[in-house]
Amino acid sequence: MLSIKNLEAKVEDKQILMGLNLEINAGEVHAIMGPNGSGKSTLANVLAGNQGYEVIGGEAVFNGKNLFDLSAEDRAREGLFLAFQYPIEINGISNSVFLKTAINEIRKYKGRDEISPKEFLTLIREKAKILGMDDSLVSRSVNAGFSGGEKKRNEILQLLMLNPKLAILDETDSGLDIDALKIVSQGVNVFKSPENAIVLVTHYQRLLNYIVPDFVHVLYKGKIIKSGTKDLALELEERGYDWLIKEEAEA
Amino acid sequence: MEQIKNMDAKSWYKNKFAEFEKSLNGEAKSLSHLSKKESINKLDEISFPDLKDEDWKYTNVSAVIKENFLPAQLCKPSVSLEIEKYLFDFTDSSLLVFENGIFNEKLSKIHRQKNVFIGSLKSFSLIDETNFQKNVKFRKTTAFDFLNESFGADGFALIIGDKTTLEKPVQVLFINGNADEKVLSSPRIFITVGKFSEADVILNFVGDNDNYYLTNINTAVQLDENSNLNLFKIQNESKKSFHFDNINISQSANSTLNHFNISFGGKLSRNGLSSNLIGEGAECNFNGLYIANENQHVDNHTFVNHAVANCNSNETYKGILDDLSRGVFNGKILVAKDAQKTNAYQSNKTILLSDKSRIDTKPQLEIFADDVKCSHGATVGRLDEQALFYIISRGIPSDLAKSMLIRAFANDVIEKVNLSELKEQLNHMIFENLHRTEI
Repeated sequence: MLSIKNLEAKVEDKQILMGLNLEINAGEVHAIMGPNGSGKSTLANVLAGNQGYEVIGGEAVFNGKNLFDLSAEDRAREGLFLAFQYPIEINGISNSVFLKTAINEIRKYKGRDEISPKEFLTLIREKAKILGMDDSLVSRSVNAGFSGGEKKRNEILQLLMLNPKLAILDETDSGLDIDALKIVSQGVNVFKSPENAIVLVTHYQRLLNYIVPDFVHVLYKGKIIKSGTKDLALELEERGYDWLIKEEAEA
Repeated sequence: MEQIKNMDAKSWYKNKFAEFEKSLNGEAKSLSHLSKKESINKLDEISFPDLKDEDWKYTNVSAVIKENFLPAQLCKPSVSLEIEKYLFDFTDSSLLVFENGIFNEKLSKIHRQKNVFIGSLKSFSLIDETNFQKNVKFRKTTAFDFLNESFGADGFALIIGDKTTLEKPVQVLFINGNADEKVLSSPRIFITVGKFSEADVILNFVGDNDNYYLTNINTAVQLDENSNLNLFKIQNESKKSFHFDNINISQSANSTLNHFNISFGGKLSRNGLSSNLIGEGAECNFNGLYIANENQHVDNHTFVNHAVANCNSNETYKGILDDLSRGVFNGKILVAKDAQKTNAYQSNKTILLSDKSRIDTKPQLEIFADDVKCSHGATVGRLDEQALFYIISRGIPSDLAKSMLIRAFANDVIEKVNLSELKEQLNHMIFENLHRTEI
């Protein structure tokens, strides 16, 4: 689904990604871990097309298309979704208008008809229920006045509504209490299917108890220095990153 | 050079006044005409403001002075007037139409109510001319104010007695520039809300985009004790027009004013807005939204005078400037020595949509009391890149994403509009004026 080869990227004048390789297939869940400043969020933002980040080398092929040839909006329309670490508040634009606009833009791109108001309402009610969100949310402004946890939950609502092929969750677990974490994870697990893939960018093993990864990658200084199964996350939880960094330095 | 041009404008208006005077018969000796005469003489003595004047530092009016505008009284009456496209769609409201400042009774539809006078200022003045001259006062400081009085033939009057709620909002449509000549329109607006009374008033200034004209207004508002007024001023005039307004509000104890200054502008607009809080417990809320593009210039000068203790004022002015447009915000708050327990807040935020648009913003706080809460803040910026990316990353195209952020920015002001019909229509006007996709 997504094949990243030798990806190099910089923010302002600082190179962050130093030749990153990653293969993601449909049906897989990948967790990307690593110490602060290793490039986790940069990877997420580069893939989604944030213009604050500049690709300076390598390639990413997403379902046969060169990702970096596509605009950010077209990447979304092709089925890439980024759940933000810090979702933005948009006062005066209701969740319903926002999501309907997004869904219809994606449909337009695919040459499909617009979603009918009835179909939309049924869909949003169904998805909101999974996340234990109130119906009144539909008419509320996007993230406006939401708590940190509510914002993260709203990201997952958007994920369920847009139903992408590849979901990148950038520290969706940060700032969540245990109840909220469970609900958010439940939403992600409902989304998960053999046709799509999930990338979890996280600091904590805790999330991986709820969303079980097939692969865990450790990112350090802009490269993946170790890949393993979910057991690797447990080991990291116990031992930290130092032993890996030492190993990498020795190699 | 400036001086000569000034003289030109003055002699032009002096000549026109003489012409206008000749057309009067019995009215020439009337009290109202005498005060007009005083004003045209005063205009001769004082200068139009220029850039050296601190209050006019960023707004150059020389283009206005250079032009010879013909007072509306001397223009040929227009043949037809189309108003539908300008009206705000209300299920029910009173409507008054003023064409170049002169009342058009035929197109108006007034909902009469006991204890309320709604109509033209001229007809109100005829009820009791002596009393009118004594009680109906307009503040005059600049040359524009004296020019307004000299040719201010008519205007809008709303006088509400005590304990009366205006049953329906009043929509006052000022259509300007509808003439073969370059017309000077000089409407005067007089509103008094009695004790424990309430009203919603919409003053809507419009003009066709091809018309070249000057609208020069003077507005006086009196709020008696415990009264409540929602006053909307919406200006959406020809991009070739000039607009000056001097609004003075006096607020007695426990009165509440919600003023909305929604300005889509003309070529050059200057809104002077001031409220005097002279009774304890008075509250004044100034909400402003200025939207400009091309080479429009919009200048908002506001003043809140906390003359007595225990009053609140809240000011939120937001602007969106595109292309080569230019904005000016000058917000003054004066807290007198005895005005203890004053709460006064002011905020001015502007978004520049182009590299060439510009805002000059100046808050001015003068506080002489020691037990007060006052704050002010001003920001100037662009649409937030992170916010844009967030929206675009959902598959929404960049132009629509920008529209969403524009709506979000304006929402602080729009959401305070208590008339739901007006809200959506104002939103629509924002996008129409900025030539952007509506959301």
